[in-house]
Amino acid sequence: MNERAVLEVEKVSVSFSGRKILDDVSFEVRRGEFTGLIGSNGVGKTTLLRAILGLQRIDAGEIRVTGAPHRRGARSLGYVPQKVILDPDVPMRARDFVALGLDAERYGFTRRTKEQHALVEQMLVNVDASEFADRRVGGLSGGEQQRVLIAHALISQPELLLLDEPLANLDPASVQEIVALLHRVAGEYQVGVLLSAHEMNALLPVMDRIVYLTDGRAASGTTEEVVRSEVLSKLYGHHVDVIKLHGRVFVVAEPGRDNKDIAEHSNLTVS
Amino acid sequence: MRFLFEPGFFSSAPVRTALVIGALAAVISAVVGVATVVRGQSFAGHALTDVATAGGSGAFFTGISPLVGFIGAGVFGAGAMDVIGMERLRSRDIATGIVLSVATGFAALFLFLDASKSATTGATQQILFGSIFTVNSSIVPFVIGLSVLTLIVMGLIYRPLLLSSLSGELASARGIKLRRVGLLFMLTLAIAVGVSSIAIGSVLSTALLIGPAATSLRLTTNMRNAISVSIALGVVATWLGVLLAYDSYYWFPSSRGLPVSFFIVALILLAYVVSGVPAIRRFAAQSAPGRRHMQLASRSVVAKRASEAT
Amino acid sequence: MFAGFMANAWLAGTIVAIVAGVVGFFVVLRGAAFPAHAIPNGAFAGAAGANLIGLNPLVGLGVFSLAAALGIGTLGRRGRSDAVTALALVTMLALGAALLSQSTEYEPQIFSLLFGEILGVSTSQIIPVAILAVVCVTAIGLLYRRLLLTSLAPEIAAARGVRPQVVDTMFLIVLACSTTMTVPVVGAFLIFTLMIGPPAAARCFSDRPGPALGGSVVIALLTLWAAIACSYQTNWPVGFYVGVFSATWYGVGRAYLASRRGRDATTSLVRAPTASGSL
Repeated sequence: MNERAVLEVEKVSVSFSGRKILDDVSFEVRRGEFTGLIGSNGVGKTTLLRAILGLQRIDAGEIRVTGAPHRRGARSLGYVPQKVILDPDVPMRARDFVALGLDAERYGFTRRTKEQHALVEQMLVNVDASEFADRRVGGLSGGEQQRVLIAHALISQPELLLLDEPLANLDPASVQEIVALLHRVAGEYQVGVLLSAHEMNALLPVMDRIVYLTDGRAASGTTEEVVRSEVLSKLYGHHVDVIKLHGRVFVVAEPGRDNKDIAEHSNLTVS
Repeated sequence: MRFLFEPGFFSSAPVRTALVIGALAAVISAVVGVATVVRGQSFAGHALTDVATAGGSGAFFTGISPLVGFIGAGVFGAGAMDVIGMERLRSRDIATGIVLSVATGFAALFLFLDASKSATTGATQQILFGSIFTVNSSIVPFVIGLSVLTLIVMGLIYRPLLLSSLSGELASARGIKLRRVGLLFMLTLAIAVGVSSIAIGSVLSTALLIGPAATSLRLTTNMRNAISVSIALGVVATWLGVLLAYDSYYWFPSSRGLPVSFFIVALILLAYVVSGVPAIRRFAAQSAPGRRHMQLASRSVVAKRASEAT
Repeated sequence: MFAGFMANAWLAGTIVAIVAGVVGFFVVLRGAAFPAHAIPNGAFAGAAGANLIGLNPLVGLGVFSLAAALGIGTLGRRGRSDAVTALALVTMLALGAALLSQSTEYEPQIFSLLFGEILGVSTSQIIPVAILAVVCVTAIGLLYRRLLLTSLAPEIAAARGVRPQVVDTMFLIVLACSTTMTVPVVGAFLIFTLMIGPPAAARCFSDRPGPALGGSVVIALLTLWAAIACSYQTNWPVGFYVGVFSATWYGVGRAYLASRRGRDATTSLVRAPTASGSL
């Protein structure tokens, strides 16, 4: 095992009522690195993330965060969920939401110190959110909300940051900004970033490692190692081509293959 | 037979009116209720009964027809909720809450004034719980008319309503005016609830609106089946409840029966709890044809009861 | 107006308004208006039952409102929580109707349980109210941050080791507790009104959770004080004034928010989140 590993997933299997969602999945995420968890909708990305968070029981295998078996609610973990419905009527500024990341699970009403306020300020600057720090979170755009959520997760100084589809529902410009931000943050805070997405092209410039998930099985390594015809064909169980064009990657199945995963995947990249 | 139906059940006029009115209320409540539960508007559905009740107490005080009071207040309340905002889940909660607050404020005032105007006893009781046995048969034509109106409007907005309840984006992409459909539904809901709360009281109105619909939605996979099952459940629960309440006069030596609402709610609750048992849900999910038989069977029971009753 | 029996009314009103302002802030934040209506309304059946068997109505109220809170909390987790709340409410009301049908004298008592009799509060009634008020406010103070996070982002809370369902059930128990104490004093309808209008108005005036909570208490106090004064003068029920005043507060809050949005249209408060489907 690599000593820089902050997350080790070893031979993990999960099934729901007889159906295997994750089948013998293994990979690791290293400190300061950006790892993409790539797969179409419904291949088990959210299940995998929930298993890492300790919210989903695993049937076999082991998950270790910073070397120790994970327990739920550990401070070493930051999490940005897939969908946060924030209501614009809620009286809470972006700043307040970030500050809540410091002490949300603490009981009682203690006043925050000057240092804590400075930390919040610093974090808002770091995620380029100071401009809208005093507006209500619910009124912010999708990209702005993502930044606030990332700051909320980072402020408790986790060693591993998990993001569940943070790029879905963002416009292309915001996608680039968030990806660049996460890449920078991974280096600056020496935190391991694991981000799930159904589309890999936006992540190609920054992704140090990839975990490619299909039908509950995974292949992992650097992008060059994994996104190759032989590897992915083996994973899918039939032949697929990997085409690289203008710095983008397309995964294409042979015609007539009725594979929903791939169809969806190539559709997304072509558009 | 003698054991089941205590003497005089079928010859009693109040019982006959109760059976007819109760069944009507059950049918429109079931049709509107399925949409209410799917849209997550149970609170609004219940609140409108209280709003209608406030209108009823106002009508009692001012001497106008209670029917106008019930329906008018309900429709007005639904409009007010829509103005405050029914689009988002949580603002919907507040819109309903504010309208309910004002309505209960006025109910308090009218009931107070009613009490000081005339020493009528039982007004609070009557307005809150209603009683299916004391329905004035003169309102039956109005109840039938408004029920038919409700059913027609529901039929007209059924498809756009269904789509916009499932996915607002999908519906607006197809050119459906979400706001208009939502408002039309709220107004229909207000009329349905007004009719049933004047006929069977506020408690039963909510019970028949939500209970059968929530039960049937656990057992069925499509809307049409859900509506049929909840109609069947509502009607059966209502008739059995009337029967048991009638019989209950003979249960206690004090000869003080239990109210109909108690029996109907108990039956509805029983159905809801039973429908939550995993084995039953699995059975319903796996045996779609079997479910049809069940439905048909319950309908034939209903039909048999109806023919016996008349 | 401030002498004799009215002193009790002012004192009880103040306690009730503080509790309603604090608990109501989270009722509105969590979208729990329906349970906040259902628990006190249904619980009155408990008081009726207690009357029937000769117990203190407070016991009946407590048992029923706790049962309702736990029922909504556990059953609502699976399935549709609003439908479950409605069913819990009608079940309790139907039980109440059954219990009342077995008793002989009920009319004035139902009225007072629903609409309250704050002008006739006795000193012996105030002590349990004060104790329960302290319990409720302390509980909310302890749970403050957990309530905030679980209301806004339950998934994040779960990832941080805070179980949203547990927090939810604890909140419903606090709601039940505040209901038990206030129903005999101000009635089921009035406590609901105070838990919705003032907090909903307060969050129009502040963007920050702390001040909004404070504002909610202040508005609840002003509403109830004004209502007691008007009721004393006109003899009309307190509930009427509370309903009208709190709705007015909400209207003022919305108008203020709209004017503020109009003023700084560039940094508009409500900007629609980016629509999905922008692939």
